[in-house]
Amino acid sequence: MLEVKGIANGIVLDHIRAGLGLKVFNKLIHEKFDYPVVLVMNVDSEFMGKKDIIKIENTFDVDLTVLGLIDEKITVNIIKDGKLHEKQPVAIPEKLKGYIQCKNPRCISHFDGYVEPVFTLYNKKQLEYVCSFCDEITKYE
Amino acid sequence: MEAIRHLIEPGDLTNEEMEALVDLGLKMYNNPSAYSKMCEGKILASLFYEPSTRTKFSFDSAMLRLGGNIIGFADPSSTSDKKGESLADTIRVISYYADIAVMRHPKEGAPLLASHYAEIPIINAGDGGHQHPTQTLTDLITIKKYKGTLENHVVAFQGDLKYGRTVHSLIKTLARFNTKKFILISPEELKLPSSLKRQLMDKYPHLVIEEVRYLEDVVEQIDILYCTRIQKERFFNEEDYLKLKNSYILTLKSIEKAKDDMIILHPLPRVNEITYEVDDDKRAVYFDQSKMGVYVRMALITKLLGVDADVRG
Repeated sequence: MLEVKGIANGIVLDHIRAGLGLKVFNKLIHEKFDYPVVLVMNVDSEFMGKKDIIKIENTFDVDLTVLGLIDEKITVNIIKDGKLHEKQPVAIPEKLKGYIQCKNPRCISHFDGYVEPVFTLYNKKQLEYVCSFCDEITKYE
Repeated sequence: MEAIRHLIEPGDLTNEEMEALVDLGLKMYNNPSAYSKMCEGKILASLFYEPSTRTKFSFDSAMLRLGGNIIGFADPSSTSDKKGESLADTIRVISYYADIAVMRHPKEGAPLLASHYAEIPIINAGDGGHQHPTQTLTDLITIKKYKGTLENHVVAFQGDLKYGRTVHSLIKTLARFNTKKFILISPEELKLPSSLKRQLMDKYPHLVIEEVRYLEDVVEQIDILYCTRIQKERFFNEEDYLKLKNSYILTLKSIEKAKDDMIILHPLPRVNEITYEVDDDKRAVYFDQSKMGVYVRMALITKLLGVDADVRG
């Protein structure tokens, strides 16, 4: 059986629905990320049957906003000195910056490079957000 | 120091502030000379990144009638915008040259972006198909002048409700003023954007909105008929424009059964959506509407500049 050891300091994302781990990984981890990360897929889970896990070592500085958009049931465990220090809630964000682009082709955000709209949650079920610049509703996909 | 006030969309003003501006505009209309020196020494920057006749001249006239001065451009090809300067840089610098700025821009949200970087009040004079709050003030002052109140009317919008920013601003505003009913008259292709309609219905669940294809079916109910031009510049292709441009032409015959005190508004310019014969009907108030726009813009400029106009009223 595949074994991945625990981490002393860092973040463990647990209870990721099997198959979603790769998506979470790709959203959180970019090319220049300089810390040890493991993605474990399809491990046995008492409650879920199978699940994915991501372990990020030696940093707490990861923007986890996107987790709520993928699955609110993911568990965020902050590990310090080898012990569970804190469990952080995962929720659909009320405000979003940088994760979606406005779908309105006439929106100023497509024309001035430095412009980043803030999107405000409009419909939780549909993951729809309103653009701060043009009021268009865009769905997170 | 008080925070700078901008007017980017109608929601930037409370109902009370809007009514106060309308009332002040009416006072200015009745006694313009009392306000002719209110903005002496002040400069309005007039930044028109998109062509405009009425709105630009209306603001210019408003500032001049208040005793102020104007700098600016009506053609972006003569500015640094063409050299690739960002809007943020342009507006930062203009903040040093003027006391207040009015901006029209083809991109939706551009005036809001400018307001993030400006050190002076920014007035949105139209951003793409999005918002046109000073046209809304113009519409409101006209409604108040002719109907005595902004509340409890049956308001119909006819024509291009999809790209017509004046419609979007006015409908959002009148929804706040206990409008009895909205009637939307447009071809399928030019219906009110569904996102705007949804937001209105979610925010004001009591709102009554009826969508119809033809004016004749509803004309007897209407208190205020708001006509719009089918705007060529908002279409992505010429073919779609040609197909729809003759939709919804208002004639004397089409308002035969309308109420005697109904008023017909239009933000102008008109192309062919209202025939010339209608101009002589007493219900056609669109040219007067254009005139009233100057006075409500005067009221707005004094408010945003923090010049206390009431003491002279």
